[in-house]
Amino acid sequence: MSEKIPAKIRLRSIVDKVYQNAWDAKERGEPVGWSSSKFPAEIAEALGLAVCYPENQAAAISAKHGGQRMCEHAEALGYDNDICGYARISMAYAAGFEAEEKAMPQPDFLLCCNNICNCMTKWYENIARMHDIPLVMIDVPYNNTVEVGDDYVQYIRGQFDDAIKQLEEISGRKMNEKKFEEVCANSNRTAKAWLKVCSYLQYKPSPFAGFDLFNHMAVVVTARCKLESALAFEALAEELQENVKNNHSTWKYEEKHRIMFEGIPCWPQLQPLFKPLKENGMNTTAVVYAPAFGFAYSNLDELMKAYCKAPNSVCLETGVDWREGICRENKVDGILVHYNRSCKPWSGYMPEMERRFRKDLGVPVVSFDGDQADPRNFSEAQYNTRVEGLYEVMEEYKAKKEAK
Amino acid sequence: MSEIFTMGIDVGSTSSKCIILKNGKEIVSKSMIPVGAGTSGPRRVVEAVLRESKLSIEDLSYILATGYGRHMMDWVHSEMSELSCHAKAAYFLYPNVRTVIDIGGQDAKVLRISPQGMLTNFAMNDKCAAGTGRFLDVMARVIEVEVDDLGVLSAQSTNVINISSTCTVFAESEVISQLAQNTHINDIVRGIHRSVAGRVAGLAKRVGVEDDVVMTGGVAKNNGVVVALEEELYKKIHVSPLAQYAGALGAALYAFDKRES
Repeated sequence: MSEKIPAKIRLRSIVDKVYQNAWDAKERGEPVGWSSSKFPAEIAEALGLAVCYPENQAAAISAKHGGQRMCEHAEALGYDNDICGYARISMAYAAGFEAEEKAMPQPDFLLCCNNICNCMTKWYENIARMHDIPLVMIDVPYNNTVEVGDDYVQYIRGQFDDAIKQLEEISGRKMNEKKFEEVCANSNRTAKAWLKVCSYLQYKPSPFAGFDLFNHMAVVVTARCKLESALAFEALAEELQENVKNNHSTWKYEEKHRIMFEGIPCWPQLQPLFKPLKENGMNTTAVVYAPAFGFAYSNLDELMKAYCKAPNSVCLETGVDWREGICRENKVDGILVHYNRSCKPWSGYMPEMERRFRKDLGVPVVSFDGDQADPRNFSEAQYNTRVEGLYEVMEEYKAKKEAK
Repeated sequence: MSEIFTMGIDVGSTSSKCIILKNGKEIVSKSMIPVGAGTSGPRRVVEAVLRESKLSIEDLSYILATGYGRHMMDWVHSEMSELSCHAKAAYFLYPNVRTVIDIGGQDAKVLRISPQGMLTNFAMNDKCAAGTGRFLDVMARVIEVEVDDLGVLSAQSTNVINISSTCTVFAESEVISQLAQNTHINDIVRGIHRSVAGRVAGLAKRVGVEDDVVMTGGVAKNNGVVVALEEELYKKIHVSPLAQYAGALGAALYAFDKRES
């Protein structure tokens, strides 16, 4: 009898396969694309095009401590160190600087959607010029309202249809409607399973360490349209259900407190980031990626709307709502905010969000300075003091609550 | 009642402070050595308070360390962050305190305190040294005055000038440029204090400022910064003569609580 493969192994192999597919395609002489994380992946997938994800690559390089080297290469090329660390790493790689930490084939076309941030546009334009390759752009304007208006839907739909035409030309294939529907169904199924996995963080104690989601995220970014992703997340949900039943958890420490970790983690310093949390029994039970990537749609208009909803493209009210929703559901006692030097849009609205979290949720909110990719922007001692401070305040709140 | 002695040690980035407390109320001895984490400061400051109090380590019921270098003190009973310790000391010294502003050697923090003396929230400076004691040290060196004289000099200022609050390095260039233009030292020092105050006030407003406001930490000794902060926040700021010892005092108070529990 064959042994059941743990879901986390299956999830990891899916990401590996995405990159292997790209290498294989390159070898066969087929075009390989680079895509931003929230470009409508359904199009390329339905056309059978191999695609790699520079944000995912940059995170992997950073986590393996290659981030600073690549950032410095980019700076030597003239890119300022105020530019996003992912962008610097990616542009250095595109310019030919090798990264054994996570190699991927150079691009033949680019898929850029600025719903994730506007730096993305210039980043991809630079790579398009470096390689003289086509850039397929979908512009998603910042959403000032909670609801996505019909004008937005029409504007994005026009670009979506145009992107299909451009990619038909690049791939030399015609879009097959049936295949497209199948891919959309997979994408929805993955989103649903992803949300189910995230929902297990509401259990007390949690059946898993919330930091695990940062790893699983890679699959939602790189392979959300693949059936195997949906199946792997469904398997993970089953494992978590078992954990709940058997009182097991991948969080191996006492769960004294539950926090929301706001922002992208500092990939180069995952260990220092995690250390004071585990030492003080603080499990991360809320991260904004749950609602940000768990989008479902039942028709094309809804698909357009779904791609309007990324952390940096929704209005403040929606952003607050997402976060406060998961904080309440997952019963957090405090919030740790990463002021990410690489991500100005995300960090820029945090002071107001912090104010609202304190007022609406009545929990302590503490922030620290860091960077998603450039290790030079993080100070471990400063981080530790802030985390210990948060722990002590949460302890005070707890003592007060218990005294009542 | 037998006498209970507890010790609090604050190992800061630029100085070491230590206090011995009797029965959680009375300061028996205190000392400060102007070198901090990773130096002989912690050892010397402990020796100094023991000498002054005529006590030995064995006489102490509980020892608690705080400050940047607290993790290096492996012989103490426990450690706590300086945030909680400053809050504890401020409440001990001023029971009506609701906001604490602590500017130390390399960080600045603003603490919100509940009416019961509980630390409910806090904000700290970002990675930049602007708005901290280090910023003042750098500026004092540039204008060739002692850092302890800054308060007196700024009190004699007659003109308001602006020094950037964005970056220590840029601010240093600005100060040099003011010197080159023959701007009076007193006005430059006042500008420097306003720069620190502007930075810290921004931090304070993030967590909300409520009376009474108490300032702790080494920079509280500099009346120029205190006045500039009062102007910036439109609040009276209380400063205890023990401001620089607040971390050590809070640690000694926590040590007393922990011994009891």
